[in-house]
Amino acid sequence: MSRKILVGYDESAASRRALDFAVDRAKARGEGVLVAHVLEWSPYSFLTPEELEQRHTRRQEELARAEVRLMKPAIEQHAQSGVELTSLVKYGHVAETLCKLAETEDVSLVMIGRNGQTGLSSRLFGSVAGTLAQIAPVPVTIVP
Amino acid sequence: MNIRFPKAAAAALPLGLACATQAGAQGIDEAVNTVFANSTGWFVNFIFSSFPGTSFPWIVGWLVIAATIFTVYFGLIQFRAFGHALALVRGDYSDPNDAGEVSHFQALATALSGTVGLGNIAGVAVAVGIGGPGATFWMILAGLLGMASKFTECTLGVKYRNEYEDGHVSGGPMYYMTKGFAERGLGGGKILAVIFAIFCILGSLGGGNMFQSNQAHAQLANVLGDYPGWITGLVFAVIVFIVIVGGIKSIARVTERVVPFMGILYVTTALIIILVNYDQIGTAFGQIFRGAFTWDGAVGGATGALIQGFRRAAFSNEAGVGSAAIAHSAVKTNEPITEGFVSLLEPFIDTVVICTMTALVIIITGQLVTDPETGMFVLNEAGTAIETLSGNSGVALTSAAFSETFGWFRYILAVAVILFAFSTMLSWSYYGLKAWTFLFGEGQTKEIVFKVIFCLFTWIGAAASLGPVIDFSDAMIFAMAVVNIIALYCLMPIVKREMQSYLARLKSGEIKKFR
Repeated sequence: MSRKILVGYDESAASRRALDFAVDRAKARGEGVLVAHVLEWSPYSFLTPEELEQRHTRRQEELARAEVRLMKPAIEQHAQSGVELTSLVKYGHVAETLCKLAETEDVSLVMIGRNGQTGLSSRLFGSVAGTLAQIAPVPVTIVP
Repeated sequence: MNIRFPKAAAAALPLGLACATQAGAQGIDEAVNTVFANSTGWFVNFIFSSFPGTSFPWIVGWLVIAATIFTVYFGLIQFRAFGHALALVRGDYSDPNDAGEVSHFQALATALSGTVGLGNIAGVAVAVGIGGPGATFWMILAGLLGMASKFTECTLGVKYRNEYEDGHVSGGPMYYMTKGFAERGLGGGKILAVIFAIFCILGSLGGGNMFQSNQAHAQLANVLGDYPGWITGLVFAVIVFIVIVGGIKSIARVTERVVPFMGILYVTTALIIILVNYDQIGTAFGQIFRGAFTWDGAVGGATGALIQGFRRAAFSNEAGVGSAAIAHSAVKTNEPITEGFVSLLEPFIDTVVICTMTALVIIITGQLVTDPETGMFVLNEAGTAIETLSGNSGVALTSAAFSETFGWFRYILAVAVILFAFSTMLSWSYYGLKAWTFLFGEGQTKEIVFKVIFCLFTWIGAAASLGPVIDFSDAMIFAMAVVNIIALYCLMPIVKREMQSYLARLKSGEIKKFR
């Protein structure tokens, strides 16, 4: 099994550029591409009794929606490239989850788009690209 | 959760229902009161009646005896599994592939926000005000025993819930009564379930709704000055309507987030007050232990302390009532027993931690008046409670005790009371709804009918002084415990089997830690 380039993917234009770039690189290196979408989720948030009850159903819906609206089009778009694309949808903290995938899925590189936030909000909340650059176990390419 | 304290205790609550009375609605109120008192008074009297020749309410004995039996039957499970329960809540045993499902932490937090409330603030003040510091000892003991009741009911709630095709679940005592009894070949499960569901609906409309909006108004009127209760009632009813009928999750979410914060703020403030008066800690514990076993001048002496402590603990943590089983059963898990383990933390946090904090602050700040010569507590003129510095009791006594150190705390307490009341109402609207759909079937129209009725009662609760109606609804909540505990006795061998199998697999390493 060949190594893979991991791409953090959402609906943003930046992540699309990251995917294009990753497919391009993977072709040159003879590797596969793992397209991952992480749904932000904390097990320590607070829910109402009704939300508790509906959580399981919601989760199924969210996973299905991500698969149909995000992953399938992304993979179809690059079907002609000759690169082997696989997809994954996960729940968790975005940067940490991507890091964990990089450790467990035989990933050679992580590629991620950046949303170009500056100023206060990025200082307060940090950015996925920035956090990944700090903690990822493999080289990280940030695609503008 | 907070429940109205019958008879003598009610008289001691300064935020009594009287101040919510509206002149305009008095005619209707009186009519409703009379009808209700005449038709339901016998039931209320029955539920709150005492063992012959004592002033010990049998319903409290019923809850405490059950908790003791469960504690012995499961071999002190509340202490043996305490560490494991914490590990479960931390997520040590959660499969990362299940991320996105309800976590143990979330189930615990939701169930807690339904039980932490006025019972922890006002109820404890009543207990200490009547039974003296010794009541604290018995309250803690009852809380520790209650952990075993919660463990039993929540395990069963998850084990026998209904899972529907669209993925949503319905669970609670109604379901383990029908399915569990059938599994064990016992008759009468269906009948018990229907009786429980009826009590649960009435309890949710009364103690879980009307009383909450009524006390929230009383607290508001206390801080803002007197104004008509129907205004508060209308605002509350509209907000509850928006949340439970309109499905506006944001308000519910804000409440769910602020309530734990309020709980933490409350405990932290109490801790600071206790630490500031650190030289009093030894004396306070001395009073607590001495009062638990000897005559210290409190109403009824050591026995009075015992009754008050047990009563308030049972009323505050709802162990054995069956409500928590409804909340926990929504959690997706392969091991029902893990929800049981997690739920045993609730009486601990609610009663052993939060209620004790309230009691300690009241004792340490010297709110209870003692005779300087004999060291005994001085009773008020009527002889129904211990004389307090401020002349207050109930929530006002707690407020006065906290304000001794931090003057501004009374305002925070007012906000906390309102938020606690609101979150308790949201929780009970869900419990009532589950009982309603059990009786009448699932379906959007049927659910909306219940929700509208619920909002109507929110409004009535704040607008009127409906003493007998609320007495009746509270009696219903305890009636839930009567039915529920019968079922728990019948089904506890099933819980024991689950427990032994799980603990064996935990020991052998078959159940793995994920981190």
